[in-house]
Amino acid sequence: MLEIKDLRAAVNGVEILRGLNFSANAGEVHAIMGPNGSGKSTFAHVLSGKAGYEVLPGSQVRFQGRDLLELPAEERARLGLFLAFQYPVEIPGVTNANFLQTAANEIRESRGLDKLDALDFGDFLREKMAYVNVNPVMADRFVNHGFSGGEKKRNEILQLAVLEPSLAILDETDSGLDIDALRIVSEGVNKLRSPDRTFILVTHYQRLLSYVEPDFVHVLYKGQIVKSGGKDLALELEDKGYDWIKEEVDSNG
Amino acid sequence: MAEMLIAWPKALVREGRELPTSGVPGVVTQLRAAGVTQLDGMTAPHKGQEEFRHTNLTALAEPLFRTLARPATLAHESIASWLYPDAAWAQIVFVNGVYCPALSTRRSLPETVYAGGLAEGWTGSHAATLEAHLGSCLGARSTFTALNSALLQDGAFVHVPRNTVLSAPIHCLFISLPQETPVSVHPRNLFVVDEGSEVSILCTYAGLAGKNPVLTNLVEETVLGANTRLDYCKVVQENAIGCHLSTHEVRQERDSRQNAFFASLSGGLVRNQAYTRLAGEGTQCHVSGLYLCDGQRTVDNYLHIAHEQPHGESRIFFKGILEDDSRAVFLGKVHVFPGAQQTDSEQLNNNLLLSERARVNTKPQLEIYADDVKCTHGATVGPPAEESVFYLRSRGISESTARGMLTRGFAEETLEAIRCDEARGRLAGHILDKYQVKR
Repeated sequence: MLEIKDLRAAVNGVEILRGLNFSANAGEVHAIMGPNGSGKSTFAHVLSGKAGYEVLPGSQVRFQGRDLLELPAEERARLGLFLAFQYPVEIPGVTNANFLQTAANEIRESRGLDKLDALDFGDFLREKMAYVNVNPVMADRFVNHGFSGGEKKRNEILQLAVLEPSLAILDETDSGLDIDALRIVSEGVNKLRSPDRTFILVTHYQRLLSYVEPDFVHVLYKGQIVKSGGKDLALELEDKGYDWIKEEVDSNG
Repeated sequence: MAEMLIAWPKALVREGRELPTSGVPGVVTQLRAAGVTQLDGMTAPHKGQEEFRHTNLTALAEPLFRTLARPATLAHESIASWLYPDAAWAQIVFVNGVYCPALSTRRSLPETVYAGGLAEGWTGSHAATLEAHLGSCLGARSTFTALNSALLQDGAFVHVPRNTVLSAPIHCLFISLPQETPVSVHPRNLFVVDEGSEVSILCTYAGLAGKNPVLTNLVEETVLGANTRLDYCKVVQENAIGCHLSTHEVRQERDSRQNAFFASLSGGLVRNQAYTRLAGEGTQCHVSGLYLCDGQRTVDNYLHIAHEQPHGESRIFFKGILEDDSRAVFLGKVHVFPGAQQTDSEQLNNNLLLSERARVNTKPQLEIYADDVKCTHGATVGPPAEESVFYLRSRGISESTARGMLTRGFAEETLEAIRCDEARGRLAGHILDKYQVKR
């Protein structure tokens, strides 16, 4: 469902992703780990279509049979791609319910489905909020406005539950969360795992992976995936740090 | 320029000598005379004055507005859309500054409360209140306030006597009706809330269509007695060539609370100048506002809060959206007197620019002469945040819808300050219509 070949991307002329290869099938959970500055967030941003990144010629990303890189951000989302932000944006004046209804309906419309009216969507939203354990009062609050760090991340998981993407990329969703918030967010992710849904967990810490068990773990370093393995690789990284991988890569030139 | 501007107020004053004098109380006669005297010694507002520095006054140049509006009547249908039809409120209506009993309804008012025309009020049972307070808040501010006093004729008068809590708002609707030539209107409002009372007052300034402009030069005095609460919401919707200049003077006695909102939705030139004196201890003054500018319009808000006594709390929170070649000016000044300890004040002005040609001058200021206070001030001016646009797009929302949502959200956030559901709902509807498809 996702196939990435030789992905290269630059920011302000500096190449951050330098020939990244990656593929994922439906239902798999992939963790992408790596030291600071390895290109983890750039990877998540480039897939989501964020401006400010120059994708270099020769890069290929196919998602659901389409050339992802030529689509604007909103069309990627309508195709089933979802990015949970590392730093969710506050939008005062726009309620969560209004935001999510607009998003859900634009996605439905692009797929030829009828729009949901406020009443039907309200029922749907309440159901999803209960499912991922979000307080119903959050529906009428402004998007992320005045939310704590943990509330913002839970709100990202709520959006994931409502928009039902086929590919969810979580960009350092665990960073800065205390253990209770991490547990709640992880529970949400586990509930939303399904044979039709692929997860890419971009993370700096192994801790998340003891709550959400990945099928595959990849190490990103200097803009490339330099090592892949099963969930044991994450434990090994926790134990030994990244230095041994860096040395391995750097000595091979 | 300044000389050109001074000519028409004097012409108006000559006309004002013909105002009826019989039955006019002493206080009105004195105010008129004082206004004439003040005008003599004044120059017209000009850019050399701090408070007019960024305001384009060319719309007020000769030969405009040298005629006073004549009394006029209107059919109920032509103003119905400006009223709140489903509300069982007192709604008092003015056409070109003159009270129209035939268009007004006062059924729901308790007998002890007065809401109606100032000229009607100065002969009735609330005349003593009127005499005691009219002119008591107003300083010698500018040519415009002096002119208003010189031409004092009518306006809205509300008196809420002691320990009266009004659950329903009072709506004052001022209709500007264009005439054969450009005309000016000089309403004088007086709101008196006696000790222990609560009231909500909505004021709508609406311009009907016409080819000549109407200038409204409003002066409003508000006296809040001890332990009172006033919710105030003013909406300016003059027509595209209408000018609206207003001076609001509020005096708050101890433990009084004021929650005011200024919405400037349309009009060629709109200027709200609001002065609040926190004259007693433990007062609260929250003033918010929203201005929506497009075309060549100018909206100007000047806010001044004087913390004269300890334990006062003030909030100034204004937001504006600017399109096309429009301009906005925001000047905020919080003045903390010596001895006004424990003052708690916040001041913020945010501007959203939807055009590169639009311009904003913003200047939130603090002047503090006490040492145990908490005061903040700030301002922002800029286009919509691209990271917010991207956040919405990443959820499948098209760019144009995203920009519309952000613009509406920016405006709607201010409405939270309005306690009257009907007024808030009407403003929300206006925002929705205005920014629905554009951008």
